[in-house]
Amino acid sequence: MILEAKGITVQYPGALRPALDGVSCAVGPGELLAIVGPNGSGKTTLLRGLLGLVDPTSGQGLVQDRPIDQWRRSDLARVIGVVTQREESVFPLRVEEAVMLGRYARLGPLAPPGAGDRAAVEQAMARCDVTDLRTRHVDTLSGGEWQRVRVARALAQEPAALVLDEPTSALDVRHEMEVLELVRVLVDGGLAGILVTHQLNLAARFADRLLLLDHGRVVAEGSPESVLTAQTVEAVFEWPIAVTVWVDGSPQVIPLRPGERA
Amino acid sequence: MKPAWGVSLGAVVVASLVVGVGVGAVTLGPTDLWNGLVHGEGNGGAIIRQLRVPRVLLAFAVGGTLALSGAALQALIRNPLADPYLLGLSGGAGLGAVLALALKIGSIWAVPAAAFVGALGAVALVYRLSLVSGRRLDPRILLLAGVVVGAFAGALMSAIIALSDATELRNAFLWLLGGLGGASWRTLGIFGVYAIVPTVVLLASARSLDLLALGEEPARHLGADVERTKRIIYGTTALLTAASVAVCGIIGFVGLVVPHAVRQVLGPLHRPLLPVVFLVGGSFLVLTDTVARTAVRPLELPVGVVTALVGVPLFAVLLRRTLT
Repeated sequence: MILEAKGITVQYPGALRPALDGVSCAVGPGELLAIVGPNGSGKTTLLRGLLGLVDPTSGQGLVQDRPIDQWRRSDLARVIGVVTQREESVFPLRVEEAVMLGRYARLGPLAPPGAGDRAAVEQAMARCDVTDLRTRHVDTLSGGEWQRVRVARALAQEPAALVLDEPTSALDVRHEMEVLELVRVLVDGGLAGILVTHQLNLAARFADRLLLLDHGRVVAEGSPESVLTAQTVEAVFEWPIAVTVWVDGSPQVIPLRPGERA
Repeated sequence: MKPAWGVSLGAVVVASLVVGVGVGAVTLGPTDLWNGLVHGEGNGGAIIRQLRVPRVLLAFAVGGTLALSGAALQALIRNPLADPYLLGLSGGAGLGAVLALALKIGSIWAVPAAAFVGALGAVALVYRLSLVSGRRLDPRILLLAGVVVGAFAGALMSAIIALSDATELRNAFLWLLGGLGGASWRTLGIFGVYAIVPTVVLLASARSLDLLALGEEPARHLGADVERTKRIIYGTTALLTAASVAVCGIIGFVGLVVPHAVRQVLGPLHRPLLPVVFLVGGSFLVLTDTVARTAVRPLELPVGVVTALVGVPLFAVLLRRTLT
Protein backbone atom coordinates (compact mmCIF):
# COMPACT_ATOMS: atom_id res chain seq x y z
CA MET A 1 0.00 0.00 0.00
CA ILE A 2 1.23 3.49 -0.77
CA LEU A 3 -1.09 5.37 1.59
CA GLU A 4 -2.86 3.77 4.50
CA ALA A 5 -4.88 4.95 7.50
CA LYS A 6 -4.93 2.50 10.40
CA GLY A 7 -7.77 3.22 12.82
CA ILE A 8 -7.11 6.95 12.93
CA THR A 9 -8.95 8.81 15.70
CA VAL A 10 -8.57 12.57 15.98
CA GLN A 11 -10.09 14.61 18.76
CA TYR A 12 -9.49 18.35 18.50
CA PRO A 13 -8.91 20.18 21.81
CA GLY A 14 -12.20 21.32 23.35
CA ALA A 15 -14.37 19.20 21.02
CA LEU A 16 -17.06 17.04 22.60
CA ARG A 17 -16.65 14.13 20.20
CA PRO A 18 -13.82 13.04 17.93
CA ALA A 19 -13.67 14.57 14.44
CA LEU A 20 -12.52 11.19 13.22
CA ASP A 21 -13.28 7.93 14.98
CA GLY A 22 -11.20 4.86 14.15
CA VAL A 23 -11.10 5.29 10.38
CA SER A 24 -9.08 2.91 8.24
CA CYS A 25 -8.53 3.00 4.49
CA ALA A 26 -5.78 2.27 2.01
CA VAL A 27 -4.90 2.98 -1.57
CA GLY A 28 -2.39 1.26 -3.87
CA PRO A 29 -0.86 2.00 -7.29
CA GLY A 30 -3.30 2.51 -10.16
CA GLU A 31 -6.21 2.97 -7.81
CA LEU A 32 -8.39 6.05 -7.20
CA LEU A 33 -10.18 6.29 -3.87
CA ALA A 34 -12.85 8.97 -3.47
CA ILE A 35 -13.62 10.16 0.05
CA VAL A 36 -17.16 11.51 0.28
CA GLY A 37 -19.52 12.60 3.03
CA PRO A 38 -21.46 15.60 4.33
CA ASN A 39 -19.81 18.80 5.54
CA GLY A 40 -18.04 18.16 8.83
CA SER A 41 -18.01 14.38 8.37
CA GLY A 42 -14.21 14.23 8.77
CA LYS A 43 -12.98 14.10 5.16
CA THR A 44 -10.35 16.80 5.51
CA THR A 45 -9.36 15.58 8.99
CA LEU A 46 -8.75 12.12 7.52
CA LEU A 47 -6.43 13.65 4.93
CA ARG A 48 -4.67 15.67 7.64
CA GLY A 49 -4.14 12.51 9.68
CA LEU A 50 -2.93 10.56 6.64
CA LEU A 51 -0.50 13.33 5.68
CA GLY A 52 0.84 13.93 9.18
CA LEU A 53 -0.59 17.45 9.60
CA VAL A 54 -2.40 16.49 12.78
CA ASP A 55 -1.35 14.10 15.52
CA PRO A 56 -4.00 11.36 15.86
CA THR A 57 -5.29 10.57 19.35
CA SER A 58 -4.89 6.95 18.35
CA GLY A 59 -4.10 5.01 15.18
CA GLN A 60 -1.67 6.20 12.55
CA GLY A 61 -1.10 7.04 8.93
CA LEU A 62 1.33 4.89 6.96
CA VAL A 63 3.18 5.89 3.81
CA GLN A 64 4.73 2.98 1.92
CA ASP A 65 4.14 0.96 5.10
CA ARG A 66 6.20 3.33 7.27
CA PRO A 67 4.46 5.43 9.99
CA ILE A 68 4.04 9.02 8.85
CA ASP A 69 5.79 10.49 11.91
CA GLN A 70 8.98 8.67 10.95
CA TRP A 71 9.16 10.53 7.63
CA ARG A 72 11.04 13.77 7.04
CA ARG A 73 8.88 16.28 5.14
CA SER A 74 11.40 16.50 2.31
CA ASP A 75 11.32 12.71 1.82
CA LEU A 76 7.53 12.67 2.03
CA ALA A 77 7.35 15.30 -0.72
CA ARG A 78 9.08 12.83 -3.06
CA VAL A 79 6.33 10.27 -2.50
CA ILE A 80 3.09 12.26 -2.13
CA GLY A 81 1.93 15.21 -4.19
CA VAL A 82 -0.91 17.17 -2.60
CA VAL A 83 -3.29 19.70 -4.10
CA THR A 84 -4.85 21.50 -1.14
CA GLN A 85 -8.31 23.00 -1.08
CA ARG A 86 -7.23 26.63 -1.13
CA GLU A 87 -4.05 28.53 -1.77
CA GLU A 88 -3.61 32.23 -2.34
CA SER A 89 -0.45 33.70 -3.75
CA VAL A 90 0.80 36.78 -1.94
CA PHE A 91 3.90 36.98 -4.14
CA PRO A 92 2.72 35.63 -7.52
CA LEU A 93 5.29 33.56 -9.44
CA ARG A 94 5.33 32.72 -13.12
CA VAL A 95 3.79 29.36 -14.01
CA GLU A 96 7.11 27.62 -14.73
CA GLU A 97 8.60 28.94 -11.48
CA ALA A 98 5.55 27.73 -9.55
CA VAL A 99 5.84 24.24 -11.07
CA MET A 100 9.57 24.18 -10.27
CA LEU A 101 8.64 24.48 -6.56
CA GLY A 102 7.63 20.82 -6.92
CA ARG A 103 11.34 20.01 -7.32
CA TYR A 104 12.49 21.83 -4.18
CA ALA A 105 12.42 18.68 -2.04
CA ARG A 106 15.08 17.27 -4.35
CA LEU A 107 17.20 20.45 -4.65
CA GLY A 108 19.85 21.57 -2.19
CA PRO A 109 19.55 25.03 -0.63
CA LEU A 110 21.61 26.78 -3.32
CA ALA A 111 22.43 24.58 -6.33
CA PRO A 112 20.50 25.49 -9.49
CA PRO A 113 17.99 22.97 -10.90
CA GLY A 114 19.64 20.31 -13.07
CA ALA A 115 18.60 18.84 -16.42
CA GLY A 116 16.51 16.17 -14.67
CA ASP A 117 14.60 18.81 -12.70
CA ARG A 118 13.89 20.88 -15.78
CA ALA A 119 12.74 17.79 -17.69
CA ALA A 120 10.35 16.83 -14.85
CA VAL A 121 8.89 20.35 -14.88
CA GLU A 122 8.46 20.32 -18.67
CA GLN A 123 6.78 16.92 -18.55
CA ALA A 124 4.47 17.93 -15.72
CA MET A 125 3.47 21.12 -17.54
CA ALA A 126 2.84 19.20 -20.75
CA ARG A 127 0.64 16.59 -19.04
CA CYS A 128 -1.46 19.28 -17.41
CA ASP A 129 -1.60 21.34 -20.59
CA VAL A 130 -0.11 24.48 -19.03
CA THR A 131 3.06 24.72 -21.14
CA ASP A 132 1.62 27.64 -23.11
CA LEU A 133 1.03 29.50 -19.84
CA ARG A 134 4.65 29.16 -18.66
CA THR A 135 5.51 32.86 -18.49
CA ARG A 136 2.12 33.98 -17.13
CA HIS A 137 1.92 35.12 -13.52
CA VAL A 138 -0.24 32.72 -11.53
CA ASP A 139 -2.49 35.52 -10.24
CA THR A 140 -3.63 36.21 -13.82
CA LEU A 141 -4.84 32.64 -14.44
CA SER A 142 -8.44 31.48 -14.45
CA GLY A 143 -9.57 29.10 -11.71
CA GLY A 144 -9.22 26.09 -14.00
CA GLU A 145 -5.76 27.07 -15.25
CA TRP A 146 -4.52 27.71 -11.69
CA GLN A 147 -5.81 24.33 -10.56
CA ARG A 148 -4.03 22.61 -13.46
CA VAL A 149 -0.83 24.45 -12.55
CA ARG A 150 -1.14 23.17 -8.98
CA VAL A 151 -1.63 19.61 -10.25
CA ALA A 152 1.44 20.12 -12.47
CA ARG A 153 3.42 21.28 -9.43
CA ALA A 154 2.40 18.10 -7.58
CA LEU A 155 3.39 15.99 -10.62
CA ALA A 156 6.78 17.68 -10.79
CA GLN A 157 7.39 16.09 -7.39
CA GLU A 158 7.32 12.77 -9.31
CA PRO A 159 5.21 11.27 -6.54
CA ALA A 160 3.86 7.77 -6.13
CA ALA A 161 0.56 9.14 -4.80
CA LEU A 162 -1.57 12.13 -5.63
CA VAL A 163 -3.94 13.58 -3.00
CA LEU A 164 -6.55 16.13 -4.04
CA ASP A 165 -8.81 17.95 -1.58
CA GLU A 166 -11.91 19.19 -3.43
CA PRO A 167 -9.87 20.09 -6.50
CA THR A 168 -12.86 21.11 -8.59
CA SER A 169 -15.08 22.91 -6.08
CA ALA A 170 -14.58 26.31 -7.76
CA LEU A 171 -14.59 25.12 -11.37
CA ASP A 172 -17.19 25.10 -14.10
CA VAL A 173 -18.23 21.87 -15.84
CA ARG A 174 -15.54 21.88 -18.51
CA HIS A 175 -12.68 22.64 -16.15
CA GLU A 176 -13.99 20.20 -13.59
CA MET A 177 -14.10 17.42 -16.16
CA GLU A 178 -10.65 18.33 -17.48
CA VAL A 179 -9.08 18.08 -14.01
CA LEU A 180 -10.82 14.78 -13.22
CA GLU A 181 -9.96 13.25 -16.61
CA LEU A 182 -6.34 14.24 -15.99
CA VAL A 183 -6.39 12.63 -12.55
CA ARG A 184 -7.88 9.44 -13.99
CA VAL A 185 -5.19 9.27 -16.70
CA LEU A 186 -2.46 9.77 -14.09
CA VAL A 187 -3.89 7.05 -11.86
CA ASP A 188 -4.19 4.68 -14.81
CA GLY A 189 -0.51 5.42 -15.41
CA GLY A 190 0.32 3.93 -12.01
CA LEU A 191 -0.20 6.65 -9.40
CA ALA A 192 -2.22 5.99 -6.27
CA GLY A 193 -4.96 8.63 -6.01
CA ILE A 194 -7.10 10.02 -3.20
CA LEU A 195 -9.83 12.47 -4.09
CA VAL A 196 -11.94 14.29 -1.54
CA THR A 197 -15.10 15.61 -3.15
CA HIS A 198 -18.72 16.65 -2.70
CA GLN A 199 -19.62 15.49 -6.22
CA LEU A 200 -21.08 12.03 -5.59
CA ASN A 201 -21.96 11.46 -9.23
CA LEU A 202 -18.53 12.31 -10.56
CA ALA A 203 -16.90 10.29 -7.77
CA ALA A 204 -19.03 7.32 -8.87
CA ARG A 205 -17.81 7.68 -12.48
CA PHE A 206 -14.12 8.37 -11.89
CA ALA A 207 -13.16 6.51 -8.71
CA ASP A 208 -12.51 2.80 -8.29
CA ARG A 209 -13.70 2.85 -4.70
CA LEU A 210 -15.68 5.21 -2.49
CA LEU A 211 -15.27 5.81 1.23
CA LEU A 212 -18.39 7.38 2.74
CA LEU A 213 -17.86 9.17 6.04
CA ASP A 214 -20.44 10.50 8.49
CA HIS A 215 -19.77 12.02 11.92
CA GLY A 216 -16.15 10.86 11.72
CA ARG A 217 -17.02 7.20 11.07
CA VAL A 218 -16.94 5.03 7.96
CA VAL A 219 -20.53 4.35 6.89
CA ALA A 220 -19.73 2.41 3.74
CA GLU A 221 -16.71 1.54 1.65
CA GLY A 222 -16.34 -0.25 -1.63
CA SER A 223 -17.38 -0.01 -5.27
CA PRO A 224 -19.55 3.01 -6.21
CA GLU A 225 -22.66 0.85 -6.65
CA SER A 226 -22.23 -0.77 -3.25
CA VAL A 227 -21.77 2.58 -1.46
CA LEU A 228 -24.24 4.82 -3.26
CA THR A 229 -27.48 3.03 -2.41
CA ALA A 230 -30.61 5.13 -1.88
CA GLN A 231 -30.94 3.96 1.70
CA THR A 232 -27.36 4.80 2.73
CA VAL A 233 -27.16 8.13 0.94
CA GLU A 234 -30.54 9.30 2.28
CA ALA A 235 -29.57 8.39 5.82
CA VAL A 236 -26.17 10.10 5.68
CA PHE A 237 -27.15 13.30 3.85
CA GLU A 238 -30.59 13.53 5.50
CA TRP A 239 -32.34 14.26 2.22
CA PRO A 240 -34.55 12.07 -0.01
CA ILE A 241 -32.79 10.88 -3.17
CA ALA A 242 -33.21 8.50 -6.04
CA VAL A 243 -30.43 6.47 -7.63
CA THR A 244 -30.34 5.88 -11.38
CA VAL A 245 -27.70 4.20 -13.51
CA TRP A 246 -25.71 6.06 -16.16
CA VAL A 247 -24.75 4.35 -19.45
CA ASP A 248 -21.32 3.48 -18.10
CA GLY A 249 -23.02 1.54 -15.30
CA SER A 250 -22.16 3.98 -12.52
CA PRO A 251 -24.83 4.89 -9.96
CA GLN A 252 -26.04 8.51 -10.17
CA VAL A 253 -27.68 10.25 -7.24
CA ILE A 254 -30.65 12.55 -7.91
CA PRO A 255 -31.76 14.65 -4.91
CA LEU A 256 -35.56 14.79 -4.80
CA ARG A 257 -37.76 17.86 -4.37
CA PRO A 258 -40.59 17.76 -1.84
CA GLY A 259 -43.44 15.61 -3.19
CA GLU A 260 -41.28 13.91 -5.81
CA ARG A 261 -40.96 10.17 -5.77
CA ALA A 262 -38.47 8.01 -7.54
CA MET B 1 19.11 37.57 -13.77
CA LYS B 2 20.07 39.08 -17.11
CA PRO B 3 23.77 40.05 -17.45
CA ALA B 4 22.78 43.69 -18.11
CA TRP B 5 21.06 43.82 -14.73
CA GLY B 6 24.10 42.32 -13.04
CA VAL B 7 26.41 44.92 -14.61
CA SER B 8 24.17 47.84 -13.65
CA LEU B 9 23.82 46.49 -10.13
CA GLY B 10 27.61 46.22 -9.82
CA ALA B 11 27.95 49.79 -11.14
CA VAL B 12 25.41 51.08 -8.60
CA VAL B 13 27.20 49.37 -5.72
CA VAL B 14 30.64 50.70 -6.74
CA ALA B 15 29.29 54.19 -7.47
CA SER B 16 27.55 54.41 -4.10
CA LEU B 17 30.74 53.37 -2.29
CA VAL B 18 32.85 55.91 -4.22
CA VAL B 19 30.33 58.71 -3.64
CA GLY B 20 30.03 57.75 0.02
CA VAL B 21 33.77 57.91 0.59
CA GLY B 22 34.38 60.95 -1.64
CA VAL B 23 31.58 63.28 -0.58
CA GLY B 24 31.23 64.77 2.87
CA ALA B 25 31.81 67.89 4.93
CA VAL B 26 35.16 68.02 3.09
CA THR B 27 34.68 66.92 -0.53
CA LEU B 28 37.67 65.10 -1.94
CA GLY B 29 38.74 64.90 -5.58
CA PRO B 30 39.78 61.66 -7.29
CA THR B 31 43.51 62.25 -6.56
CA ASP B 32 42.94 62.91 -2.84
CA LEU B 33 40.67 59.90 -2.74
CA TRP B 34 43.27 57.63 -4.35
CA ASN B 35 46.15 58.87 -2.20
CA GLY B 36 44.08 58.70 0.94
CA LEU B 37 42.78 55.21 0.28
CA VAL B 38 45.93 53.60 -1.00
CA HIS B 39 48.71 55.46 0.81
CA GLY B 40 46.85 56.91 3.78
CA GLU B 41 48.38 60.29 3.09
CA GLY B 42 47.54 63.62 1.43
CA ASN B 43 44.67 65.91 2.36
CA GLY B 44 42.16 63.28 3.21
CA GLY B 45 44.21 60.35 4.44
CA ALA B 46 42.97 60.37 8.01
CA ILE B 47 39.45 61.42 7.13
CA ILE B 48 39.12 58.64 4.61
CA ARG B 49 40.76 55.84 6.51
CA GLN B 50 39.52 56.56 10.00
CA LEU B 51 36.11 58.13 9.35
CA ARG B 52 34.61 57.67 5.92
CA VAL B 53 35.62 54.15 4.94
CA PRO B 54 34.37 52.51 8.15
CA ARG B 55 31.22 54.65 8.05
CA VAL B 56 30.46 53.77 4.44
CA LEU B 57 31.12 50.09 5.05
CA LEU B 58 28.94 50.10 8.17
CA ALA B 59 26.15 51.89 6.28
CA PHE B 60 26.42 49.27 3.53
CA ALA B 61 26.34 46.36 5.96
CA VAL B 62 23.44 47.77 8.00
CA GLY B 63 21.42 48.76 4.93
CA GLY B 64 22.02 45.35 3.39
CA THR B 65 21.04 43.37 6.47
CA LEU B 66 17.95 45.50 7.16
CA ALA B 67 16.73 45.02 3.58
CA LEU B 68 17.52 41.30 3.74
CA SER B 69 15.64 40.94 7.03
CA GLY B 70 12.67 42.82 5.58
CA ALA B 71 12.52 40.53 2.55
CA ALA B 72 12.68 37.39 4.71
CA LEU B 73 10.04 38.62 7.16
CA GLN B 74 7.72 39.57 4.31
CA ALA B 75 7.84 35.95 3.16
CA LEU B 76 7.47 34.61 6.72
CA ILE B 77 4.42 36.75 7.52
CA ARG B 78 3.18 36.50 3.91
CA ASN B 79 2.69 40.25 3.88
CA PRO B 80 4.59 42.65 1.63
CA LEU B 81 4.17 45.38 4.27
CA ALA B 82 6.26 43.58 6.89
CA ASP B 83 9.23 45.54 8.18
CA PRO B 84 12.14 44.38 10.39
CA TYR B 85 10.86 46.61 13.17
CA LEU B 86 7.39 45.17 13.36
CA LEU B 87 8.43 42.50 15.80
CA GLY B 88 8.48 45.04 18.62
CA LEU B 89 12.19 45.54 18.03
CA SER B 90 12.17 49.29 17.64
CA GLY B 91 10.10 49.78 20.79
CA GLY B 92 12.29 47.44 22.83
CA ALA B 93 15.52 48.93 21.53
CA GLY B 94 14.29 52.48 22.06
CA LEU B 95 13.22 51.70 25.60
CA GLY B 96 16.61 50.17 26.38
CA ALA B 97 18.50 53.13 24.95
CA VAL B 98 16.36 55.78 26.62
CA LEU B 99 16.66 53.96 29.92
CA ALA B 100 20.46 53.96 29.62
CA LEU B 101 20.45 57.69 28.78
CA ALA B 102 18.06 58.55 31.59
CA LEU B 103 20.05 56.59 34.15
CA LYS B 104 23.19 58.43 32.93
CA ILE B 105 25.16 55.22 32.54
CA GLY B 106 28.54 56.62 31.59
CA SER B 107 30.22 54.37 29.06
CA ILE B 108 29.81 55.15 25.36
CA TRP B 109 28.88 51.51 24.92
CA ALA B 110 25.99 51.70 27.36
CA VAL B 111 23.38 53.01 24.91
CA PRO B 112 24.03 50.51 22.09
CA ALA B 113 24.32 47.64 24.56
CA ALA B 114 21.10 48.64 26.32
CA ALA B 115 19.37 48.97 22.92
CA PHE B 116 20.55 45.52 21.93
CA VAL B 117 19.32 44.00 25.17
CA GLY B 118 16.01 45.87 24.92
CA ALA B 119 15.49 44.70 21.33
CA LEU B 120 16.20 41.06 22.12
CA GLY B 121 13.95 41.30 25.21
CA ALA B 122 11.08 42.58 23.09
CA VAL B 123 11.71 39.90 20.46
CA ALA B 124 11.69 37.15 23.06
CA LEU B 125 8.43 38.46 24.51
CA VAL B 126 6.80 38.67 21.08
CA TYR B 127 8.03 35.16 20.28
CA ARG B 128 6.58 33.79 23.51
CA LEU B 129 3.22 35.48 22.87
CA SER B 130 3.08 34.05 19.35
CA LEU B 131 3.56 30.41 20.29
CA VAL B 132 0.20 28.75 19.84
CA SER B 133 -0.46 25.79 22.13
CA GLY B 134 3.12 25.92 23.32
CA ARG B 135 5.08 25.19 20.15
CA ARG B 136 3.64 26.44 16.86
CA LEU B 137 4.62 29.92 15.72
CA ASP B 138 1.62 31.67 14.20
CA PRO B 139 2.69 34.51 11.86
CA ARG B 140 -0.60 36.40 12.25
CA ILE B 141 -0.28 36.45 16.02
CA LEU B 142 3.40 37.36 15.59
CA LEU B 143 2.31 40.49 13.75
CA LEU B 144 -0.22 41.46 16.42
CA ALA B 145 2.13 40.65 19.29
CA GLY B 146 4.86 42.74 17.65
CA VAL B 147 2.55 45.70 17.38
CA VAL B 148 1.31 45.56 20.99
CA VAL B 149 4.73 44.90 22.55
CA GLY B 150 6.16 47.74 20.45
CA ALA B 151 3.37 50.07 21.53
CA PHE B 152 3.83 49.19 25.20
CA ALA B 153 7.59 49.75 25.07
CA GLY B 154 6.97 52.98 23.16
CA ALA B 155 4.65 54.23 25.90
CA LEU B 156 7.22 53.47 28.61
CA MET B 157 9.86 55.21 26.50
CA SER B 158 7.70 58.32 26.10
CA ALA B 159 7.10 58.39 29.85
CA ILE B 160 10.85 58.30 30.56
CA ILE B 161 11.54 60.99 27.94
CA ALA B 162 8.81 63.20 29.42
CA LEU B 163 10.44 62.98 32.85
CA SER B 164 13.99 63.62 31.61
CA ASP B 165 15.77 66.97 31.23
CA ALA B 166 16.17 68.69 27.87
CA THR B 167 19.67 67.57 26.82
CA GLU B 168 18.94 63.93 27.44
CA LEU B 169 15.70 64.35 25.56
CA ARG B 170 17.47 65.65 22.48
CA ASN B 171 20.10 62.91 22.64
CA ALA B 172 17.45 60.26 22.98
CA PHE B 173 15.46 61.58 20.05
CA LEU B 174 18.50 61.91 17.82
CA TRP B 175 19.58 58.42 18.68
CA LEU B 176 16.12 57.01 17.98
CA LEU B 177 16.04 58.58 14.53
CA GLY B 178 19.15 56.70 13.58
CA GLY B 179 22.60 57.86 12.63
CA LEU B 180 25.92 56.45 11.56
CA GLY B 181 27.94 59.17 13.33
CA GLY B 182 29.34 56.62 15.76
CA ALA B 183 30.84 54.48 13.00
CA SER B 184 34.42 53.31 13.46
CA TRP B 185 36.42 50.22 12.58
CA ARG B 186 35.50 48.92 15.99
CA THR B 187 31.70 49.28 15.54
CA LEU B 188 32.05 47.76 12.10
CA GLY B 189 33.89 44.82 13.63
CA ILE B 190 31.30 44.33 16.35
CA PHE B 191 28.46 44.51 13.85
CA GLY B 192 30.28 42.00 11.66
CA VAL B 193 30.59 39.53 14.53
CA TYR B 194 26.81 39.59 15.04
CA ALA B 195 25.78 39.84 11.41
CA ILE B 196 27.89 37.48 9.33
CA VAL B 197 26.44 34.14 10.44
CA PRO B 198 22.74 35.23 10.39
CA THR B 199 23.28 36.84 6.96
CA VAL B 200 24.72 33.65 5.50
CA VAL B 201 21.92 31.59 7.09
CA LEU B 202 19.26 33.89 5.62
CA LEU B 203 20.81 33.78 2.15
CA ALA B 204 20.90 29.99 2.33
CA SER B 205 17.21 29.87 3.34
CA ALA B 206 16.04 31.27 -0.01
CA ARG B 207 14.29 28.11 -1.19
CA SER B 208 12.59 27.53 2.17
CA LEU B 209 11.28 31.10 1.97
CA ASP B 210 9.83 30.45 -1.50
CA LEU B 211 7.86 27.56 -0.02
CA LEU B 212 6.87 29.38 3.18
CA ALA B 213 5.50 32.27 1.11
CA LEU B 214 2.88 29.86 -0.32
CA GLY B 215 1.36 29.30 3.11
CA GLU B 216 2.20 26.69 5.69
CA GLU B 217 0.22 23.77 4.35
CA PRO B 218 1.38 23.90 0.72
CA ALA B 219 4.92 24.51 2.02
CA ARG B 220 4.77 21.30 4.08
CA HIS B 221 3.49 19.25 1.17
CA LEU B 222 6.35 20.52 -0.99
CA GLY B 223 8.88 19.34 1.59
CA ALA B 224 9.56 22.33 3.87
CA ASP B 225 10.23 21.82 7.58
CA VAL B 226 7.93 24.74 8.34
CA GLU B 227 8.33 25.12 12.11
CA ARG B 228 12.11 24.95 11.92
CA THR B 229 12.24 27.44 9.05
CA LYS B 230 10.02 29.90 10.91
CA ARG B 231 12.23 29.75 14.00
CA ILE B 232 15.38 30.24 11.91
CA ILE B 233 13.97 33.21 10.02
CA TYR B 234 12.63 34.79 13.18
CA GLY B 235 15.88 34.31 15.10
CA THR B 236 18.22 35.54 12.38
CA THR B 237 16.19 38.61 11.42
CA ALA B 238 15.79 39.53 15.09
CA LEU B 239 19.53 39.24 15.70
CA LEU B 240 20.40 41.27 12.59
CA THR B 241 17.92 44.02 13.36
CA ALA B 242 18.91 44.24 17.02
CA ALA B 243 22.58 44.49 16.02
CA SER B 244 21.81 47.27 13.55
CA VAL B 245 19.77 49.16 16.14
CA ALA B 246 22.66 48.87 18.58
CA VAL B 247 25.21 50.41 16.20
CA CYS B 248 23.11 53.11 14.56
CA GLY B 249 19.64 53.46 16.09
CA ILE B 250 16.40 52.91 14.22
CA ILE B 251 16.61 53.39 10.47
CA GLY B 252 13.21 52.88 8.93
CA PHE B 253 11.99 52.18 5.41
CA VAL B 254 15.11 50.39 4.10
CA GLY B 255 13.64 47.03 5.10
CA LEU B 256 10.26 47.90 3.61
CA VAL B 257 11.01 49.76 0.37
CA VAL B 258 14.10 47.94 -0.92
CA PRO B 259 12.67 44.37 -0.99
CA HIS B 260 9.46 45.71 -2.51
CA ALA B 261 11.30 47.59 -5.26
CA VAL B 262 13.67 44.73 -6.10
CA ARG B 263 10.76 42.26 -6.21
CA GLN B 264 9.10 44.45 -8.86
CA VAL B 265 12.12 43.95 -11.10
CA LEU B 266 13.29 40.41 -10.32
CA GLY B 267 10.07 38.71 -9.24
CA PRO B 268 9.54 37.04 -5.88
CA LEU B 269 11.84 33.98 -6.10
CA HIS B 270 14.21 34.39 -3.16
CA ARG B 271 17.37 32.84 -4.55
CA PRO B 272 17.97 35.67 -7.03
CA LEU B 273 16.09 38.18 -4.85
CA LEU B 274 17.96 38.03 -1.53
CA PRO B 275 21.55 38.80 -2.67
CA VAL B 276 20.30 41.67 -4.82
CA VAL B 277 18.16 43.02 -1.97
CA PHE B 278 21.28 42.99 0.22
CA LEU B 279 23.36 44.93 -2.33
CA VAL B 280 20.63 47.43 -3.15
CA GLY B 281 19.82 47.97 0.53
CA GLY B 282 23.50 48.58 1.24
CA SER B 283 23.87 51.09 -1.60
CA PHE B 284 20.63 52.81 -0.61
CA LEU B 285 21.80 53.41 2.94
CA VAL B 286 25.28 54.56 1.85
CA LEU B 287 23.72 57.15 -0.46
CA THR B 288 21.08 58.35 2.01
CA ASP B 289 23.77 58.61 4.70
CA THR B 290 25.85 60.71 2.31
CA VAL B 291 22.87 63.03 1.88
CA ALA B 292 22.33 63.04 5.66
CA ARG B 293 25.84 64.27 6.37
CA THR B 294 26.11 66.79 3.49
CA ALA B 295 22.64 68.31 2.96
CA VAL B 296 22.84 70.77 5.87
CA ARG B 297 26.59 70.75 6.58
CA PRO B 298 28.25 71.35 8.91
CA LEU B 299 25.23 69.93 10.73
CA GLU B 300 24.05 66.40 10.15
CA LEU B 301 20.52 65.08 9.63
CA PRO B 302 19.55 61.78 11.24
CA VAL B 303 19.82 59.23 8.44
CA GLY B 304 16.42 57.79 9.45
CA VAL B 305 14.89 61.12 8.44
CA VAL B 306 16.50 60.90 5.01
CA THR B 307 15.51 57.28 4.40
CA ALA B 308 11.92 58.20 5.29
CA LEU B 309 11.94 61.32 3.10
CA VAL B 310 13.25 59.29 0.15
CA GLY B 311 11.50 56.04 1.05
CA VAL B 312 7.95 57.29 1.51
CA PRO B 313 7.52 58.89 -1.95
CA LEU B 314 9.29 55.92 -3.53
CA PHE B 315 7.01 53.52 -1.72
CA ALA B 316 3.93 55.50 -2.73
CA VAL B 317 4.97 55.30 -6.39
CA LEU B 318 5.64 51.56 -6.13
CA LEU B 319 2.31 51.03 -4.41
CA ARG B 320 0.47 52.80 -7.22
CA ARG B 321 2.31 50.69 -9.79
CA THR B 322 1.46 47.47 -7.95
CA LEU B 323 -2.22 48.36 -7.68
CA THR B 324 -2.73 49.32 -11.32
